[in-house]
Amino acid sequence: MQHHPLSLQQLQESFTETYPAYTANEAVVEANRCLYCFDAPCIKACPTDIDVPTFIRKIATGNTLGAATTILESNLIGHTCGRVCPVDELCVGACVLGEEHRPIAIGRLQRYATDHLYQRGVMPFDPVPGVGKRVAVVGSGPAGLSAASELAKRGVTVDVFERSDLAGGLSTYGIVVMREPVTVSLDEIEFVKRLGVKVHTGVEVGRDLDPQRLVAEYDAVVIAAGTGRVPDLGVPGEDLEGVIEALPFIAATKMAEKDGLAALEQVPVGNEVVVIGAGNTAIDAATIAKRLGAERVTMIYRRSRAEMTAYDFEVRFVQNEGVDIRLMTQPVEVLGVDGRVTGLRCVRTELGEPDAGGRRAPRAVPGSEFVIPCDQVIKAIGQEKLATLFASFGVATERGYVSTDAELRTSNPTVFAAGDCARLEGEALTVTAARDGKIVAQAIAKQFGLPTKVVSRGSVDRRNVVGRPIMGAPERAPGGVSSEAPAGPAGGGRG
Amino acid sequence: MADLTTDFAGVRSPNPFWLASAPPTNSAYQINKAFEYGWGGAVWKTIGDPVLNVSNRYGAFEFGGNRLVAINNVELISDRPLHINLREIAEVKRLWPDRAVIVSAMVSSTPEAWKTIVQQIEDTGADAIELNYGCPHGMSERGMGAAVGQVPEYCTTITGWVTAVSSLPVIVKLTPNVTDIRPPARAAVAGNADAVSLINTINSIVGVDLDSFELRPNVGGKGGHGGYAGPAVKPIALHMLSQVASDPEFAQARLPISGMGGIQTWRDAAEFLLLGATSLQVCTAVMHYGFRLIEELTDGLSNWLDEKGATSVQEVIGASVPRISDFGDFDLSFKSVARIDDDTCIKCNLCYVACDEGAHQCIDLTVDGAIIDPAAYAVASADLPHHASKPQPKVREEDCVGCDLCSLVCPVDGCITMVTVPPLRPSVTWNELVRTRPEVTTDWDAMLEYRREKGIDIH
Repeated sequence: MQHHPLSLQQLQESFTETYPAYTANEAVVEANRCLYCFDAPCIKACPTDIDVPTFIRKIATGNTLGAATTILESNLIGHTCGRVCPVDELCVGACVLGEEHRPIAIGRLQRYATDHLYQRGVMPFDPVPGVGKRVAVVGSGPAGLSAASELAKRGVTVDVFERSDLAGGLSTYGIVVMREPVTVSLDEIEFVKRLGVKVHTGVEVGRDLDPQRLVAEYDAVVIAAGTGRVPDLGVPGEDLEGVIEALPFIAATKMAEKDGLAALEQVPVGNEVVVIGAGNTAIDAATIAKRLGAERVTMIYRRSRAEMTAYDFEVRFVQNEGVDIRLMTQPVEVLGVDGRVTGLRCVRTELGEPDAGGRRAPRAVPGSEFVIPCDQVIKAIGQEKLATLFASFGVATERGYVSTDAELRTSNPTVFAAGDCARLEGEALTVTAARDGKIVAQAIAKQFGLPTKVVSRGSVDRRNVVGRPIMGAPERAPGGVSSEAPAGPAGGGRG
Repeated sequence: MADLTTDFAGVRSPNPFWLASAPPTNSAYQINKAFEYGWGGAVWKTIGDPVLNVSNRYGAFEFGGNRLVAINNVELISDRPLHINLREIAEVKRLWPDRAVIVSAMVSSTPEAWKTIVQQIEDTGADAIELNYGCPHGMSERGMGAAVGQVPEYCTTITGWVTAVSSLPVIVKLTPNVTDIRPPARAAVAGNADAVSLINTINSIVGVDLDSFELRPNVGGKGGHGGYAGPAVKPIALHMLSQVASDPEFAQARLPISGMGGIQTWRDAAEFLLLGATSLQVCTAVMHYGFRLIEELTDGLSNWLDEKGATSVQEVIGASVPRISDFGDFDLSFKSVARIDDDTCIKCNLCYVACDEGAHQCIDLTVDGAIIDPAAYAVASADLPHHASKPQPKVREEDCVGCDLCSLVCPVDGCITMVTVPPLRPSVTWNELVRTRPEVTTDWDAMLEYRREKGIDIH
């Protein structure tokens, strides 16, 4: 272990963004392919309702700052989303050119636009006078930042409390460098701060701050704390040296990148690595192990492909990296010599009846045990819920998650929850966290008697545009009512 | 394979494609190269009085990421010494006896000046002379080019001077910078021209630089109108060609027309032929892509002629001229409606917004056959098949006025077709109404009565 067969230069090349930034010409050529659909499905497929055709048209006309503004109007963490969104499942998957043509590369264009704005340090939103309300946000990941910035745009005073040294949560620590370099996340936090949000890092609510005090002192509190540590496997040998958690492993490479990539050589990686789990985090950990120079990386998962939460494109990606995926395989013991990992004893599984969550439960197949030799085991089997924190806020939970209403209000009417800590259903994506932030901000604004929608200069909410008939004009209803038909009541035109 | 040989007022060329008088025909080097590629002919860049050029000379009209949808220029006639041009013309003609070598000329408006240049051109062995009555800048201020072309009397007079002394066919090149191109064309006939060519470039300002506020092209901080050419001018050229080709007075003289203005592909070429052009001239496309284009032009044209069963290019020249008509003679009872093919429709709904906001409100958006409010309808999330969940545009055919806008904006070829439907009433034209029911054409009450009588419903 800890041997690095790769040169620093090889490491650095492996840890740069997978897709190069579009050049201005590439962006304009791609933007000009967009049909500018009327009721564009990409908008409706975006959890944050970004007006995609409008921002793309602005790129095509050379109004790139305007394009970025359109994006940020709908999603204040659009700088991250342009890089990390599973666009094939969302906007790009909905593109009308997808069926027989090549869909528009919406994610790359979004990144081009927000990069343009960030590189110039432009703040496209006018300062908003304070409204005399204070909100505390617990956690500075995507959900917390989205909620905080949306509230700041409405003139609310926001304090964000973050237990880590750096703000940004998953964007800063958990998204692999190849998808999102650390600077993207850190720049985004600076942008949010410029909107007026105060971010307090190194402050853990529940340890350094009393949750009840927050509830008492602030007009509202948003819990956007994400999830906790990886649970124990519950098998012998788990405490051997060489058994690690996926997220700190990924975070180590993020911090190395932040400090100039040379520190990548210090990130411990095995020669033969087993990653336990098959979600996004497992994919990322396996990718990183391979890129750090592991000879053989094997992902094991106790269910079948159908139950895997990773997307097809992620599975293809990690397979292209040279990672083996062994399905229907469950660990039963971590083997070791002299306190260090030497292998993982596994058992084959078969699937039984669906469990409470609807997924078929795996059962060990008797007599099918085998050993995968390895010198590092990475646990990526999901994260624990922050039960203690939720309890100290006194909010109701369900299956470990904070339970909320449709406006993400908890059992305490001044306490809200957003992001993964309240993700009872639906996908745990950065963009759904961004949407949660918007929902929470709207709900809180409504509670404060503020306008729920904030529309900046020059933009129109097209959902408010309806055709109004001229007084006295014959009504024309859809379905072929002609002018020969009797005139309808005024105001009865087509919507 | 169809015969592309062209005979234009006695000037023969192996195909109808000539390089227009312009920068690509500035020198023997260029024209020799063009002929090696297979161009049928070339009209030498205009020779004449001494000039000095400026820089920059060209500006581009770009659209939707496409370069050079049109080009504008303030370049003048040839700035190479006259004797060098004449020597090179002679050399090119000697090397290429089977190609059309035509010399464009423009000199001061005196009979002596024209007589001299005609003799000099004849001495080169060139096949024909083209009189440049079209250049819109630089020369027109000196009483040449468009200054002649815009005044039919001058056009007749000068053409007469040239035809009186020339043994070569004389082609008069017409300027489009007039309200009606027919009087100058008739003037050329009156001056005993052997043919006309059209169009020359159009007056234009091609753009303004949004950083410096300078015009394009920018000549030391100043800019001015220049000649506009390239794909974007084709519809204007086709219109002017159709006007001349269908003019009874011009038709009597039976003069051939050399068509130009935005020809870039064989398809453009075929349209010029159908509207009555016998030879075709190309400039901007070559300035953009080079002489190699000739392969695509001749091959495409030849394949199209074969497909149409034509054995020679002659068979299609003017084939669409009998269809050139006027609004007053259009059948008011003709009816077509838009029909959308649901299977190839990609549901971009550009037809919907175009019809609803830009036309006549007769397309609805539907889901499972039911009309929906487009603003309120949400496309399903990631897990559902997107295609199936997108609203489908549907035409209310009884309301459709047959304007064709929807099919024009549709990005899928063949998805929206305009279907001719049986007329609801007997054929009638506006001109017939003017003759038979004049009150209908001047009085709204009479018009409404007429509509009621004929059952004409306009929503």
